[in-house]
Amino acid sequence: MEFLNAIVALTNFVLIPATAYGAQLALGALGVTLIYGILRFSNFAHGDTMAFGTMSVVLATWGLQAMGVSLGPLPTALLALPVGILATIGLVLLTDRVVYRFYRAQKAKPVILVIVSIGVMFVLNGVVRFIIGPDDQNFADGGRFLLGAREFRNLTGLDEGLAIRTTQGITLVVAVIAVVLLFWFLNRTRTGKSMRAYSDNEDLALLSGINPERVVMVTWMIVAALAVVAGTLYGLDKSFKPFTYFQLLLPIFASAIVGGLGSPIGAIAGGFVIAYSEVMITYAWKKVLTYVLPETLAPDGLVQLLSTDYKFAVSFMILLIVLLFRPTGLFRGKSV
Amino acid sequence: MTEPLRNALLFVVVFGLILSTGFIQSWNTALLIFNMGLISAIMSLGVNLQWGFAGLFNVGVMGFVALGGLAVVLTSAGPVGEAWSAGGARVLAGLALGAATIGAAIALWKRMAPGRTRALAMVALLVAGFFAYRWVFDAGVQAVEAVNPASTGYLGGLGLPVLMAWPVGGLLAAGAAWIIGKTALGLRSDYLAIATLGIAEIIIAMLKNEDWLARGVKNVIGLPRPVPNEIDLQQSPAFVESAQGLGLDAVTASTLYVKLGYMGLFAVVLVVVLVLAQLALASPWGRMMRAIRDNETAAEAMGKDVKRRHLQIFILGSAVCGVAGAMMTTLDGQLTPGTYQPLRYTFLIWVMVIVGGSGNNFGAVLGGFLIWFLWVEVEPLGRLIMDLVTAPMAEGSWLKGHLLDAAAHMRLMTMGIVLLVVLRFSPRGLIPER
Repeated sequence: MEFLNAIVALTNFVLIPATAYGAQLALGALGVTLIYGILRFSNFAHGDTMAFGTMSVVLATWGLQAMGVSLGPLPTALLALPVGILATIGLVLLTDRVVYRFYRAQKAKPVILVIVSIGVMFVLNGVVRFIIGPDDQNFADGGRFLLGAREFRNLTGLDEGLAIRTTQGITLVVAVIAVVLLFWFLNRTRTGKSMRAYSDNEDLALLSGINPERVVMVTWMIVAALAVVAGTLYGLDKSFKPFTYFQLLLPIFASAIVGGLGSPIGAIAGGFVIAYSEVMITYAWKKVLTYVLPETLAPDGLVQLLSTDYKFAVSFMILLIVLLFRPTGLFRGKSV
Repeated sequence: MTEPLRNALLFVVVFGLILSTGFIQSWNTALLIFNMGLISAIMSLGVNLQWGFAGLFNVGVMGFVALGGLAVVLTSAGPVGEAWSAGGARVLAGLALGAATIGAAIALWKRMAPGRTRALAMVALLVAGFFAYRWVFDAGVQAVEAVNPASTGYLGGLGLPVLMAWPVGGLLAAGAAWIIGKTALGLRSDYLAIATLGIAEIIIAMLKNEDWLARGVKNVIGLPRPVPNEIDLQQSPAFVESAQGLGLDAVTASTLYVKLGYMGLFAVVLVVVLVLAQLALASPWGRMMRAIRDNETAAEAMGKDVKRRHLQIFILGSAVCGVAGAMMTTLDGQLTPGTYQPLRYTFLIWVMVIVGGSGNNFGAVLGGFLIWFLWVEVEPLGRLIMDLVTAPMAEGSWLKGHLLDAAAHMRLMTMGIVLLVVLRFSPRGLIPER
């Protein structure tokens, strides 16, 4: 019994939240890694693209709620998702046309493009705060729990409860759908194949008649869709605050680099590696250990390796370890 | 128009803008902008050393600035004797143990033959060291933080004159830069950017959480000042008399006097840093740096130790940012870790360098003043524009209220647009590198 309780506590406080968070990071990291593979720069504006997309979803959700539309137990934001995606696709295509295309034509160095993306980041940051303000916005509705803690206790007779929030379930389902669609697109369709060819070898791709502007356009559209989905899921799970999305940049980049920049499968793996380590290192293990260890050994303190405020430090340490010992990432991304 | 004349004119325009603030708003505002402009100019000189001279993409400026601020607390705040006797020794021992563990792990990695045993031994050493460190350290921290937590609860500083904190801030930042440089330099530019971005966040997290060090988010206030207090001046009859002689009331005169005092101190530092940076740029060392920046492979083939030179200039640039950070905390008179934000303390400095002209020290200084002026003045200007735009709208309408509230967020957008426009139409900045 004690052992089962420990497993349930572990699942409830570590595995489920970390899986949801990992899926959100993975979707974000996929966007970063695709931009890196095709456009060959680290997009610092990605966090703010996510914020912009989520903001459009929030606004559309409010609109739908005002009209009385709802999905029953599911959050209305799912219905608003396409609106947000369309708005964000418009935005990134506009920034590409107005800002990035000029530097692409010049064949500017990647670091210049990074600085340019910092400029875009500032503008987007301003736009989002201008439209929706810097405060927390809650837009989740529908049922709170798929499985409540009390239900679970009654069901199994254990002391520990296990709760699965609707948002966590939705995060996983939507993330799986998005990833399956993405891989189907990259591996099976003509456009997807031309994207991969372009990423592997630009000159060869150009020689075989691939239109680079088209590849870039499709990439931006996919990235925008991924960013909106990732941002919305994160916002549903926690809450929407523009500054938090800017801060997500760090774990997202860490995920993409740990997995290997330019490798989509690596981005997913990296997202989960970062999420699990963040949650596990900042979790207070007292509860689980009290169940597992004999009473004489029961811990006095919280047994928390690092305080939660250091979660950035965790993603960063992993990033550093990977960069020092395996610079191309777990899945051999683009060479250094 | 010759180049020196054009550059001089640019400076005249920027200083003219600040002067006009003095005439239109108030001289206090103008001096405030100018003082922070001096500090910003020093920061952007530091970033210019790294980016303009050596092409190092450091987006962790905020971290070094914050370390400079920490130096002010550590040097000039009064020591808390009670806390030292309660747990000071234990905290120091814990820190020493932590450092020793890392040192031992590095030594082990270098000495042992590569293989699985080495990896396992290192992990075991690190894990054991971590728990030992926490065991020694945590109790000390608890003891220190328990000492009168409402007003102290930290170890305090050395109680030295506050001006001493400026070089100490530089040293602290240089030490951190050495550690970071040892691990992260040699990565390519994007990776270095992410690494420095992360380190800056970690430094801020540390300042916020390690209450024993500098009280965390409880802030250290009332740090000593290098210039007299306004209140003291207002009470001194000699000062009041001379103020009246100039036709000013005592309160305004005292605030102006204090700000002018700061201005003198900051200006001295700026001139020293600028002269040194100019000398460095013109020296063989400066030419070598630019050669490395433009073509690393060629420079390496000529026998230059690229990694070592990068480390050197990374440390120098960070130290300059640290000094500026210490000056800023001195000006504020308090250390507030909660206010450090990357957009303001990292990316804004980058806008200064790029707009001013990367690779040119005078450009960096000009950018520092100009962008700081814009950062401060865009808000009232945005408000003014919004007032004009919304004037025809119905009173109390939703859109009007929203637009007026949102005017405060114009500055981020403006900075982004300024950066993008300069990058596009004048990529080498206002005063390009020669």
